[in-house]
Amino acid sequence: MIEVTASWYLVLGALLFTIGGAGLLLRRNPLVMLMCVELMLNGINLSFVTFSRMLNDVAGQTVVFFVLVVAAAEVVVGLGLVVAILRRKPGATADDLNVLKG
Amino acid sequence: MVDTIVFVISAIICLTGAIGVIAAKNPVHSALMLVMTLFGIAVLFIAQEAHFLAAVQVIVYAGAIVVLFLFVIMLLGVDVAADLELGELRSQRPAALAFVAASLGLIGFLIWKVDNPATGAISQGGAIDESTPNVNLLAESLFSDYVYAFELTSVLLVIAVVGAVILARKQRTSAPDEEVTR
Repeated sequence: MIEVTASWYLVLGALLFTIGGAGLLLRRNPLVMLMCVELMLNGINLSFVTFSRMLNDVAGQTVVFFVLVVAAAEVVVGLGLVVAILRRKPGATADDLNVLKG
Repeated sequence: MVDTIVFVISAIICLTGAIGVIAAKNPVHSALMLVMTLFGIAVLFIAQEAHFLAAVQVIVYAGAIVVLFLFVIMLLGVDVAADLELGELRSQRPAALAFVAASLGLIGFLIWKVDNPATGAISQGGAIDESTPNVNLLAESLFSDYVYAFELTSVLLVIAVVGAVILARKQRTSAPDEEVTR
């Protein structure tokens, strides 16, 4: 059986970040876009925990704690914006929000 | 042996969920797939001795954030299938392709060239002592080295709550908004 090294975790985190980024660029539903941001943050969290174990330093886990708080704040404000936008333009996608387009 | 099995199963769950999030047509399915990914990551946290973060991951992410997503989806009634075809923005798909290619290239380079990706020094101050519980270590770090950052997060949360209330509130006077609505 192959031994699981820390690099495996880092690659998995990077893959999650990549999938999230691709989804953010591809999808136009603002809610799904926010979920893709969550995916990217989770990939980063996994990397932080892995580095924390590799370097034997608990600070990496502390940073994950802060990322969690910022993610929660981001989702609350982001969903507030989505609710406010979709109440005025029902069924709007990210493409429809071009009021500021020059 | 057990490590490998746990990692492989969790990784498959994570990646399936992640692809499900961006491939599902219905936003509700996306949210449920996100829960799947979050649980997989919680298992990987436990595999790496971050027990407190695994619990917080399940409680905060799966318990609060995804529920918030589902709540908003149901509130707005947008749980209908979206077409995944190209919209106005033609450059979306090439941009995503370029992003994925660049990321995969970077990951491949890391696997190929770098044996030990952690280049920092082994910690002296906040060292993980196996005999101390994970929660105690994390609390000690949080309330000593990072106490200012911790206080700032409380400010951030208050700002987020106030901002969300102001944004999502129903507008009583809608006269200046008519132009925006069109």
